[in-house]
Amino acid sequence: MKRSVFTHRLLPYALLGPQIAITIIFFYWPAIQAVWQSFLLQDAFGLSTMFVGLENYATLIGQPEYYHTLVNTLIFSALVAIISLSLALLLAVQADKPLRAGGVYRTLLIWPYAVAPAVAGVLWAFMFQPSLGLLARGLREMGIDWNPLLDGNHAMTMVVAAAAWKQISYNFLFFLAGLAAIPRSVLEAAAIDGASPTRRFWTIVFPLLSPTTFFLIVVNIVYAFFDTFGIIDAMTAGGPAKATETLVYKVYFDGRLGGDLGGSAAQSVILMVMVIGLTAIQFRYVERKVTY
Amino acid sequence: MVEQHRFGNVLPHLILWIGILIVAFPVYVAFVGSTHEPTIISNGQMPPWPGAHMIENYYRTIFVGTSGTTREPVGTMLINSFIMAMVIACGKIAISILSAYAIVYFRFPLQMTAFWVIFITLMLPVEVRIYPTYKIAADLNLLDTYAGLTLPLVASATATLLFRQFFMTVPDELVEASRIDGAGPFRFFKDTLLPLSRTNMAALFVILFIYGWNQYLWPLLITTRDEMQTIVIGIKKMIVTADAITEWQLVMATAMLAMLPPVAVVVLMQKLFVRGLVETEK
Amino acid sequence: MAAVTLNEVGKVYAGGVEAVKGVSFEVADGAFCVLVGPSGCGKSTLLRMIAGIETISSGTITIGDRVVNDIEPASRDIAMVFQNYALYPHMKVYDNMAYGLRNRGTPKPEIEARVREAARILEIDQLLNRKPRELSGGQRQRVAMGRAIVRKPKAFLFDEPLSNLDAKLRVSMRVEIKKLQRALATTSVYVTHDQLEAMTLADMLVVMNAGRVEQIGAPLAVYEKPATTFVASFIGAPPMNLLPMTRAEAEALIEGAPLGVPDEGAIVGVRPEDLMLPTGGARPPGSIALELTVGAIERVGPETFVYGNMARGDGVIVRLPGQVAPASGERVSAVAPREKLHMFSADGRQRLSG
Repeated sequence: MKRSVFTHRLLPYALLGPQIAITIIFFYWPAIQAVWQSFLLQDAFGLSTMFVGLENYATLIGQPEYYHTLVNTLIFSALVAIISLSLALLLAVQADKPLRAGGVYRTLLIWPYAVAPAVAGVLWAFMFQPSLGLLARGLREMGIDWNPLLDGNHAMTMVVAAAAWKQISYNFLFFLAGLAAIPRSVLEAAAIDGASPTRRFWTIVFPLLSPTTFFLIVVNIVYAFFDTFGIIDAMTAGGPAKATETLVYKVYFDGRLGGDLGGSAAQSVILMVMVIGLTAIQFRYVERKVTY
Repeated sequence: MVEQHRFGNVLPHLILWIGILIVAFPVYVAFVGSTHEPTIISNGQMPPWPGAHMIENYYRTIFVGTSGTTREPVGTMLINSFIMAMVIACGKIAISILSAYAIVYFRFPLQMTAFWVIFITLMLPVEVRIYPTYKIAADLNLLDTYAGLTLPLVASATATLLFRQFFMTVPDELVEASRIDGAGPFRFFKDTLLPLSRTNMAALFVILFIYGWNQYLWPLLITTRDEMQTIVIGIKKMIVTADAITEWQLVMATAMLAMLPPVAVVVLMQKLFVRGLVETEK
Repeated sequence: MAAVTLNEVGKVYAGGVEAVKGVSFEVADGAFCVLVGPSGCGKSTLLRMIAGIETISSGTITIGDRVVNDIEPASRDIAMVFQNYALYPHMKVYDNMAYGLRNRGTPKPEIEARVREAARILEIDQLLNRKPRELSGGQRQRVAMGRAIVRKPKAFLFDEPLSNLDAKLRVSMRVEIKKLQRALATTSVYVTHDQLEAMTLADMLVVMNAGRVEQIGAPLAVYEKPATTFVASFIGAPPMNLLPMTRAEAEALIEGAPLGVPDEGAIVGVRPEDLMLPTGGARPPGSIALELTVGAIERVGPETFVYGNMARGDGVIVRLPGQVAPASGERVSAVAPREKLHMFSADGRQRLSG
């Protein structure tokens, strides 16, 4: 809070007006609608709706497909987070060393952040395209019968690769910032205490980096849950046989292509609760920065 | 720094270069793909080096378009993407800086309520409320319009929080000095706060431009007509599921064009980009 | 030019903290008034209320013949120099100084003339095209002063303007501020926690403590006759020795005519510079004597500080000219003439001696 402020009766409301209006129209109203719709059931032709209470939720939880998608999402998120975090950490630790041309490395590693998820999906789809992709050819020569159009595991590998690839740059930047914040004197003290470089990393650097790591894990999960829609839609459209369908993709698919608005709304609400949970965790980390 | 041993300096360079190669590889392949004939690609015979059809392929991509479903030339899509990214970035900055100004520099009833109304939207990403939002946009006749493409994405708690955070670090004495110097809320904002926020606005712009350019799900729903398509949507539609007729050389040229603006922004404005990225995650 | 008058001014913050409690005084037209006190005593709040950047909870503030309670800071015709200078970081020095005049619609040629004039007086002519970050602390200070004087206001308000400067610069700026104020003869209110600054600058000293005025007066009058033990210890460095004593203890300090200590005892004060350590036991008649064991000794060149303890434990500081001093551990008798003695009521709120 500022010590000194302006006093004006209407101006602050006018300043807030645009944001509050857009927020209410495009955030709160739809969110309320989603909650409301999740209690409704629409017939197959969209002619009549009726209030069914928690039935949509009950149906959802009773569906094996929903569990299947949930498990898919968790596997997908875990793989994306682990792969992109560990590669990023490896690279960040190298780039943090006082190397010649260190800045050049940073430039050459951060740009994939700017690539749209859908475009990243297209790039990897091209390489993994079973009949003509460069990587697919290599895999076939190694004796693997590569076919992501039929094999769910192959498809999953492909989307994980694209999603992890895109996220490396983000994780790299934050790890680099985290490493730079570790005081050099602590490392020097450890070296004087006779710790080897590897030991120094695991006993000093890694623990001191844990706030960054924790923050990144949450961010990566949020990314894998929500921001990878474009990757999945461009590469596999959730297939084959829903092997790469995530929760967000299912909301889209069931609502648009399947026409099940009530079920889709119920899924949206569940997702909203998940976002709120993840955001709350994230705020525990940043709590000192948001003081209100 | 702790002394590196003899090989200590070779290994990091090596690891970093391998990392760079992995990161750059898909883009290299895309570039190669955008320079070959369609037949050599669809035969699975594409060599790992560029071919001779670059100019032809890019010309066709930008000005003619594919012969399949999306016949719109990519030039139009680029313009759409550019408009969307600019409106989202500038719009977000404008409405966020105004509301942050109200929240920090005024005291009024419902101030806390306003803050929380904005703050909670952090927890409502568009992905979890797509259909109701789509319906509202449709009711407001916003389908296939630039307003529909951008307005729902323009409100942002992140940017408002960032400006709020920054305003809190501006010394109180500056407002006081301004008031003594006869500047009211408008003058203080225009003459002092806005110039001081320039770097923050620029950093935010870099992040938001990329955010806007890369939007996928929302434009996918809100645009139906080909001439309203953005490049990120268009490229996906070029990949035909029955893949024999996918014109991969054009898809890859489109991919290169879709990456170029945001990647250029990151590379050319690296300092602002890093700053923006770190600040918006605070 | 105008007098600044405060009448029963009070400030209560939301939350109930009473920062200023019924303060009244008048700064005569052209006078230099210094508000001095420890941090948190309400002096800055008071200044900010005069400026109009803090609302007034009770009482009235008058500048000239206008009650300014409900008048915007910009319309009060005052100028303020802030502790951190509050220069607009993105504006050049010239624009920093011209900003207030522009906002008032002063014609351009006049702005130009006034800024040049102020820059000449403050010797910052060659800095007009620089940004604040390209200036040293002292230069920023001058620009902040310049911003105040171009406006030709009715009153200058200074909020600890020298506390961000290094010790040497502080002394020279202090002299300059005084000279400038004399030359412009503009009524000034100056806030500081530094008693030396207060003593050297003020025509009129207002000593504050815990939201209240402890004493108002000319600096030397305050030094010579502090009204309370708070003022006695705050004005003067090192501070006055203050010894709470029963009537018998106090009367035992002196030979001859009694001091007239009340029954409930008193606080006896004597400044370190008024104490002497006579050699050879020749004690001037009618003086008081404190028997001390010498502890630490600080020699700073022109003078020496002797830290002694009385038998019952009270610490006493003696300030001696030159470098002669007893040895640590020695027992000495510190002597002061009777008229240098200050006596306060046992609660320290009242001065008993004349």
